[in-house]
Amino acid sequence: MSSTTIIPLELLFYLAGFIAIVASFKVVMGKHAVHSLLYLIVSLLAVAVCFYFMGAPFAAGLEVIVYAGAILVLFVFAVMMFGLGKDEEKHAPQTSGLTIWFGPSALALALLCELIYIINSVEQHNVTAINHISPKQVGSLLYGPYLLAVEIASFLLLAGLVAGYHFAKPDGQKHSNTIDKIGENQ
Amino acid sequence: MISLPLEHIFILACILFMIGFVGVIARKNTLFILMSLEVMLNAVGIAFIGAGSVWEQADGQVMFILILTLAAAEVALGLALLIRLQRRFQSLDIDKLNRLRG
Repeated sequence: MSSTTIIPLELLFYLAGFIAIVASFKVVMGKHAVHSLLYLIVSLLAVAVCFYFMGAPFAAGLEVIVYAGAILVLFVFAVMMFGLGKDEEKHAPQTSGLTIWFGPSALALALLCELIYIINSVEQHNVTAINHISPKQVGSLLYGPYLLAVEIASFLLLAGLVAGYHFAKPDGQKHSNTIDKIGENQ
Repeated sequence: MISLPLEHIFILACILFMIGFVGVIARKNTLFILMSLEVMLNAVGIAFIGAGSVWEQADGQVMFILILTLAAAEVALGLALLIRLQRRFQSLDIDKLNRLRG
């Protein structure tokens, strides 16, 4: 196989970056919260592909699992359960179902084509020649010189957990607690 | 062998950061402000990982993991606050938060 027929990997990186930019633009310009969330998921997946091309497969996996898998699910859960996108819905134009998911699915399809192309052409490209950093290096660094930062991050997550529980508690429960306390004082 | 120039990675990070920044500044809905913050944090992650891969150091990915934990905590807190806001004001307009001004 001659090297002229294969697409250079740099071009694929720029394509993924372009998809990330377009999807982020649509997130910011979106009218409806759920549609913006769809574009945000596509943007995160494109950024994960960029991470892979930059030689960080571990970070790419974390991006897909934690960002697109956990944080975005939290967003969707909040929007669906508590009706957060409700006041936007009134002003949004009524569109048919096809046009809503056409944009995100087209961008995601382009990313999927990139992925299939990479998997098919691993031998020709010699992808292992990327100066990629293994998860082992990251882990030994994380629990070596950066141990204090990991501890601080754990404090941050604990604080987020406690504060999230405290803020999301329903109002009525709080009032009943104060009433109980007033009753005890009397 | 793939060799990406650091300038191009930084340009991509800058464009994404600017898009997120404009979203934070221009949008009125607090939910969209949170989403734009996510885009901004992603751009910073791209910059860190790009620099780490060009200089072949793992520190960039360590910083990315710390940014990830920050984003998780921020989203949990922000969405909890949004739920309170929606219950109290029946709206997510950031301008209505003016009432908090002391």
